[in-house]
Amino acid sequence: MVFGRSERNKPVIEPVALKILVAGGFGVGKTTLVGAVSEIRPLRTEEELSEVGRPVDDTGGVESKRTTTVAMDFGRITLREDLVLYLFGTPGQDRFWFLWDELAQGALGAVVLADTRRLEDCFAAVDYFERRAIPFAIAVNCFEGAQQHPADMVREALDLDADVPVVLCDARDRASAKDVLITVVENAAKVAAGRREPAAT
Amino acid sequence: MTSEAERWYDDAAGPVVRPYAMTRGRTSHAAEGRLDLIALVVSESRSEEGDPHADTDRALSPEHVDIIERCRVQPTSVAELAADLDLPLGVVRVLIGDLLDADLVHVSRPVPPAELPDASVLRDVINGLRAL
Repeated sequence: MVFGRSERNKPVIEPVALKILVAGGFGVGKTTLVGAVSEIRPLRTEEELSEVGRPVDDTGGVESKRTTTVAMDFGRITLREDLVLYLFGTPGQDRFWFLWDELAQGALGAVVLADTRRLEDCFAAVDYFERRAIPFAIAVNCFEGAQQHPADMVREALDLDADVPVVLCDARDRASAKDVLITVVENAAKVAAGRREPAAT
Repeated sequence: MTSEAERWYDDAAGPVVRPYAMTRGRTSHAAEGRLDLIALVVSESRSEEGDPHADTDRALSPEHVDIIERCRVQPTSVAELAADLDLPLGVVRVLIGDLLDADLVHVSRPVPPAELPDASVLRDVINGLRAL
Protein backbone atom coordinates (compact mmCIF):
# COMPACT_ATOMS: atom_id res chain seq x y z
CA MET A 1 0.00 0.00 0.00
CA VAL A 2 2.71 2.36 0.97
CA PHE A 3 4.53 1.63 -2.23
CA GLY A 4 1.54 2.13 -4.48
CA ARG A 5 1.84 5.59 -5.82
CA SER A 6 5.46 5.87 -6.72
CA GLU A 7 5.86 2.54 -8.41
CA ARG A 8 4.83 3.68 -11.83
CA ASN A 9 7.81 5.88 -12.49
CA LYS A 10 11.10 5.02 -10.88
CA PRO A 11 10.52 2.71 -7.99
CA VAL A 12 12.09 4.26 -4.93
CA ILE A 13 13.43 1.69 -2.54
CA GLU A 14 12.08 2.40 0.88
CA PRO A 15 14.49 0.84 3.31
CA VAL A 16 13.67 -0.53 6.71
CA ALA A 17 15.15 1.89 9.24
CA LEU A 18 16.31 0.73 12.65
CA LYS A 19 18.02 2.51 15.49
CA ILE A 20 20.46 1.78 18.24
CA LEU A 21 21.02 4.21 21.09
CA VAL A 22 24.43 5.11 22.41
CA ALA A 23 24.14 6.21 26.02
CA GLY A 24 26.55 6.99 28.79
CA GLY A 25 27.85 9.89 30.80
CA PHE A 26 28.94 13.25 29.51
CA GLY A 27 32.23 13.06 27.59
CA VAL A 28 32.48 9.28 27.63
CA GLY A 29 32.84 9.10 23.85
CA LYS A 30 29.32 8.60 22.53
CA THR A 31 29.73 10.82 19.50
CA THR A 32 33.19 9.39 18.92
CA LEU A 33 31.75 5.88 18.76
CA VAL A 34 28.95 7.00 16.45
CA GLY A 35 31.49 8.74 14.21
CA ALA A 36 33.76 5.70 14.10
CA VAL A 37 31.18 3.51 12.35
CA SER A 38 28.87 6.02 10.70
CA GLU A 39 29.09 6.47 6.95
CA ILE A 40 28.30 10.14 7.43
CA ARG A 41 29.95 12.62 9.72
CA PRO A 42 27.74 12.58 12.81
CA LEU A 43 24.86 14.93 12.24
CA ARG A 44 23.33 17.03 14.90
CA THR A 45 19.66 17.49 15.34
CA GLU A 46 18.16 19.83 17.84
CA GLU A 47 15.00 19.74 19.81
CA GLU A 48 13.69 22.88 21.36
CA LEU A 49 12.09 22.11 24.64
CA SER A 50 9.79 24.12 26.70
CA GLU A 51 10.77 23.58 30.27
CA VAL A 52 7.47 24.47 31.83
CA GLY A 53 6.53 21.81 34.32
CA ARG A 54 9.70 19.88 33.77
CA PRO A 55 11.66 18.70 36.75
CA VAL A 56 14.74 20.75 36.04
CA ASP A 57 17.21 22.87 37.90
CA ASP A 58 15.76 25.16 40.47
CA THR A 59 15.62 28.44 38.69
CA GLY A 60 14.96 30.25 41.93
CA GLY A 61 11.91 32.35 41.26
CA VAL A 62 12.40 32.69 37.55
CA GLU A 63 8.83 32.14 36.52
CA SER A 64 8.99 32.87 32.85
CA LYS A 65 8.69 30.12 30.30
CA ARG A 66 12.06 29.16 28.98
CA THR A 67 13.15 26.97 26.18
CA THR A 68 16.25 24.87 26.04
CA THR A 69 17.86 23.37 23.03
CA VAL A 70 19.00 19.80 23.33
CA ALA A 71 21.33 18.42 20.72
CA MET A 72 21.42 14.79 19.69
CA ASP A 73 24.21 13.51 17.51
CA PHE A 74 23.48 10.69 15.18
CA GLY A 75 25.03 8.64 12.43
CA ARG A 76 23.87 6.29 9.72
CA ILE A 77 25.02 2.93 8.44
CA THR A 78 23.49 1.63 5.24
CA LEU A 79 23.72 -2.13 5.69
CA ARG A 80 21.90 -2.93 2.51
CA GLU A 81 19.97 -0.98 -0.04
CA ASP A 82 16.86 -1.81 1.93
CA LEU A 83 18.24 -1.79 5.47
CA VAL A 84 19.52 1.28 7.28
CA LEU A 85 20.75 1.51 10.84
CA TYR A 86 20.77 4.81 12.69
CA LEU A 87 22.86 5.42 15.78
CA PHE A 88 21.68 8.04 18.22
CA GLY A 89 23.86 9.46 20.93
CA THR A 90 21.62 10.30 23.85
CA PRO A 91 21.91 13.72 25.45
CA GLY A 92 24.54 13.43 28.14
CA GLN A 93 22.97 15.40 30.93
CA ASP A 94 20.61 13.70 33.31
CA ARG A 95 18.15 16.52 33.08
CA PHE A 96 17.22 15.51 29.57
CA TRP A 97 15.99 12.07 30.53
CA PHE A 98 12.49 12.76 29.32
CA LEU A 99 13.88 13.05 25.81
CA TRP A 100 15.10 9.50 26.00
CA ASP A 101 11.60 8.13 25.88
CA GLU A 102 11.21 9.34 22.34
CA LEU A 103 14.65 8.10 21.39
CA ALA A 104 14.13 4.74 23.02
CA GLN A 105 10.80 4.07 21.39
CA GLY A 106 11.27 1.38 18.80
CA ALA A 107 15.01 1.13 19.41
CA LEU A 108 16.60 -2.19 18.60
CA GLY A 109 18.89 -1.93 21.58
CA ALA A 110 21.40 0.29 23.28
CA VAL A 111 25.09 0.64 23.99
CA VAL A 112 25.96 2.00 27.40
CA LEU A 113 29.44 3.44 27.15
CA ALA A 114 31.30 3.37 30.41
CA ASP A 115 34.49 4.99 31.65
CA THR A 116 35.97 3.04 34.53
CA ARG A 117 37.21 6.25 36.10
CA ARG A 118 33.64 7.49 36.33
CA LEU A 119 31.60 4.34 36.33
CA GLU A 120 28.81 5.98 38.29
CA ASP A 121 28.05 8.17 35.27
CA CYS A 122 26.41 5.26 33.52
CA PHE A 123 24.29 4.00 36.44
CA ALA A 124 21.35 6.08 35.27
CA ALA A 125 21.50 4.73 31.72
CA VAL A 126 21.73 1.12 32.92
CA ASP A 127 18.77 1.69 35.19
CA TYR A 128 16.78 3.27 32.38
CA PHE A 129 17.23 0.39 29.94
CA GLU A 130 16.68 -2.25 32.61
CA ARG A 131 13.37 -0.72 33.62
CA ARG A 132 12.13 -0.51 30.08
CA ALA A 133 13.42 -3.95 29.14
CA ILE A 134 15.44 -2.53 26.25
CA PRO A 135 18.27 -4.91 25.35
CA PHE A 136 21.62 -3.28 26.00
CA ALA A 137 25.30 -4.02 26.31
CA ILE A 138 27.99 -2.26 28.31
CA ALA A 139 30.98 -1.10 26.33
CA VAL A 140 33.89 -0.01 28.48
CA ASN A 141 35.73 2.67 26.58
CA CYS A 142 39.38 2.04 27.28
CA PHE A 143 40.82 5.50 27.58
CA GLU A 144 44.54 5.74 27.36
CA GLY A 145 46.03 6.13 30.76
CA ALA A 146 43.00 4.75 32.52
CA GLN A 147 43.55 1.60 34.46
CA GLN A 148 42.04 -1.31 32.60
CA HIS A 149 39.50 -3.20 34.59
CA PRO A 150 38.43 -6.66 33.61
CA ALA A 151 34.91 -6.89 32.30
CA ASP A 152 33.87 -8.97 35.30
CA MET A 153 34.78 -6.20 37.72
CA VAL A 154 32.69 -3.76 35.73
CA ARG A 155 29.80 -6.20 35.72
CA GLU A 156 30.00 -6.53 39.45
CA ALA A 157 30.33 -2.80 40.05
CA LEU A 158 27.26 -2.13 37.92
CA ASP A 159 25.35 -5.03 39.47
CA LEU A 160 24.35 -6.31 36.04
CA ASP A 161 22.26 -9.33 35.24
CA ALA A 162 24.33 -12.22 33.95
CA ASP A 163 22.84 -11.94 30.47
CA VAL A 164 23.97 -8.35 29.89
CA PRO A 165 27.12 -8.43 27.75
CA VAL A 166 30.12 -6.40 28.88
CA VAL A 167 32.83 -5.69 26.33
CA LEU A 168 35.93 -3.55 26.27
CA CYS A 169 36.27 -1.18 23.35
CA ASP A 170 38.08 1.71 21.81
CA ALA A 171 35.36 4.12 20.73
CA ARG A 172 37.67 5.71 18.16
CA ASP A 173 38.32 2.46 16.38
CA ARG A 174 35.94 1.44 13.63
CA ALA A 175 36.39 -2.31 14.02
CA SER A 176 36.00 -2.04 17.77
CA ALA A 177 32.86 0.09 17.50
CA LYS A 178 31.47 -2.36 14.96
CA ASP A 179 32.02 -5.25 17.38
CA VAL A 180 30.15 -3.34 20.07
CA LEU A 181 27.16 -2.91 17.77
CA ILE A 182 27.21 -6.57 16.80
CA THR A 183 27.20 -7.47 20.49
CA VAL A 184 24.17 -5.26 21.06
CA VAL A 185 22.20 -6.72 18.16
CA GLU A 186 23.12 -10.29 19.09
CA ASN A 187 21.90 -9.60 22.58
CA ALA A 188 18.70 -8.08 21.19
CA ALA A 189 18.18 -11.20 19.09
CA LYS A 190 18.64 -13.37 22.16
CA VAL A 191 16.22 -11.27 24.18
CA ALA A 192 13.69 -11.33 21.34
CA ALA A 193 13.96 -15.11 21.07
CA GLY A 194 13.43 -15.40 24.81
CA ARG A 195 10.32 -13.27 24.66
CA ARG A 196 8.86 -15.27 21.84
CA GLU A 197 9.26 -18.52 23.71
CA PRO A 198 8.64 -17.62 27.32
CA ALA A 199 8.34 -21.28 28.26
CA ALA A 200 11.74 -22.17 26.85
CA THR A 201 14.05 -21.27 29.72
CA MET B 1 33.39 53.84 12.50
CA THR B 2 32.63 52.21 15.77
CA SER B 3 29.06 51.44 14.89
CA GLU B 4 30.35 49.55 11.88
CA ALA B 5 32.41 47.25 14.09
CA GLU B 6 29.56 46.63 16.46
CA ARG B 7 27.23 45.28 13.85
CA TRP B 8 26.60 41.61 13.69
CA TYR B 9 26.80 39.87 10.39
CA ASP B 10 25.74 36.56 9.00
CA ASP B 11 25.56 33.77 11.53
CA ALA B 12 26.54 36.01 14.41
CA ALA B 13 23.34 37.94 13.95
CA GLY B 14 21.22 34.84 14.56
CA PRO B 15 18.65 33.42 12.20
CA VAL B 16 17.02 35.92 9.90
CA VAL B 17 13.77 34.06 10.31
CA ARG B 18 12.92 32.71 13.74
CA PRO B 19 12.44 28.96 13.40
CA TYR B 20 8.79 28.78 14.31
CA ALA B 21 7.95 31.65 11.97
CA MET B 22 8.36 29.06 9.22
CA THR B 23 5.50 27.14 10.70
CA ARG B 24 3.46 30.31 11.16
CA GLY B 25 3.72 29.87 14.88
CA ARG B 26 2.47 26.31 14.99
CA THR B 27 4.43 24.14 17.35
CA SER B 28 2.68 20.87 16.67
CA HIS B 29 0.82 19.10 13.96
CA ALA B 30 -1.88 16.47 13.98
CA ALA B 31 0.47 14.02 12.32
CA GLU B 32 3.32 14.72 14.69
CA GLY B 33 2.80 11.74 16.92
CA ARG B 34 3.33 9.58 13.88
CA LEU B 35 6.63 11.06 12.90
CA ASP B 36 9.29 8.94 14.46
CA LEU B 37 12.85 10.26 14.35
CA ILE B 38 13.82 7.59 11.86
CA ALA B 39 10.58 7.57 9.89
CA LEU B 40 11.59 7.88 6.26
CA VAL B 41 9.96 10.62 4.24
CA VAL B 42 9.39 9.90 0.56
CA SER B 43 8.20 12.44 -2.00
CA GLU B 44 5.25 11.41 -4.07
CA SER B 45 6.29 11.28 -7.67
CA ARG B 46 4.10 13.31 -9.95
CA SER B 47 6.43 13.78 -12.84
CA GLU B 48 3.86 12.78 -15.44
CA GLU B 49 1.76 15.78 -14.48
CA GLY B 50 4.37 18.29 -15.55
CA ASP B 51 5.48 20.76 -12.92
CA PRO B 52 4.96 18.81 -9.74
CA HIS B 53 3.98 21.74 -7.56
CA ALA B 54 2.25 23.97 -10.08
CA ASP B 55 -1.01 23.92 -8.16
CA THR B 56 0.30 24.10 -4.62
CA ASP B 57 3.30 26.31 -5.16
CA ARG B 58 1.99 29.32 -3.38
CA ALA B 59 1.22 27.57 -0.12
CA LEU B 60 4.70 26.10 0.14
CA SER B 61 7.60 27.77 1.84
CA PRO B 62 11.15 27.30 0.54
CA GLU B 63 11.66 24.83 3.39
CA HIS B 64 8.70 22.74 2.25
CA VAL B 65 10.12 22.66 -1.26
CA ASP B 66 13.53 21.78 0.12
CA ILE B 67 12.09 18.78 1.94
CA ILE B 68 10.28 17.59 -1.18
CA GLU B 69 13.43 17.90 -3.28
CA ARG B 70 15.59 16.03 -0.79
CA CYS B 71 13.09 13.24 -0.34
CA ARG B 72 12.63 12.85 -4.06
CA VAL B 73 16.26 11.89 -4.52
CA GLN B 74 16.28 9.46 -1.62
CA PRO B 75 13.96 8.61 1.26
CA THR B 76 15.26 10.69 4.16
CA SER B 77 14.65 10.29 7.87
CA VAL B 78 13.01 12.99 9.95
CA ALA B 79 16.20 13.35 11.99
CA GLU B 80 18.35 13.79 8.89
CA LEU B 81 15.99 16.38 7.45
CA ALA B 82 16.20 18.37 10.67
CA ALA B 83 19.99 18.20 10.62
CA ASP B 84 20.31 18.94 6.89
CA LEU B 85 17.95 21.90 7.00
CA ASP B 86 19.42 23.05 10.30
CA LEU B 87 15.98 23.32 11.84
CA PRO B 88 14.70 22.08 15.20
CA LEU B 89 12.92 18.74 15.02
CA GLY B 90 9.66 20.31 16.09
CA VAL B 91 9.71 22.68 13.12
CA VAL B 92 10.56 19.94 10.66
CA ARG B 93 7.74 17.77 11.98
CA VAL B 94 5.21 20.54 11.41
CA LEU B 95 6.51 21.11 7.89
CA ILE B 96 6.38 17.39 7.07
CA GLY B 97 2.88 17.31 8.50
CA ASP B 98 1.84 20.00 6.02
CA LEU B 99 3.29 18.00 3.15
CA LEU B 100 1.51 14.86 4.35
CA ASP B 101 -1.76 16.78 4.40
CA ALA B 102 -1.14 17.95 0.86
CA ASP B 103 -0.26 14.40 -0.26
CA LEU B 104 3.11 15.59 -1.45
CA VAL B 105 5.04 13.09 0.66
CA HIS B 106 4.35 9.89 2.46
CA VAL B 107 6.15 8.38 5.40
CA SER B 108 7.31 4.81 5.59
CA ARG B 109 6.88 3.04 8.89
CA PRO B 110 5.85 6.19 10.66
CA VAL B 111 4.91 4.60 13.94
CA PRO B 112 7.69 3.21 16.09
CA PRO B 113 7.12 -0.51 16.59
CA ALA B 114 6.26 -1.69 20.06
CA GLU B 115 8.22 -4.90 19.65
CA LEU B 116 11.67 -5.83 18.51
CA PRO B 117 11.93 -6.62 14.82
CA ASP B 118 11.71 -10.26 13.92
CA ALA B 119 14.63 -12.63 14.04
CA SER B 120 15.38 -12.52 10.33
CA VAL B 121 15.77 -8.73 10.37
CA LEU B 122 18.09 -8.93 13.37
CA ARG B 123 20.14 -11.57 11.61
CA ASP B 124 20.35 -9.32 8.54
CA VAL B 125 21.59 -6.47 10.73
CA ILE B 126 24.26 -8.66 12.33
CA ASN B 127 25.41 -9.96 8.96
CA GLY B 128 25.38 -6.46 7.53
CA LEU B 129 27.52 -5.15 10.38
CA ARG B 130 29.97 -8.02 10.04
CA ALA B 131 30.34 -7.29 6.34
CA LEU B 132 31.21 -3.63 6.88
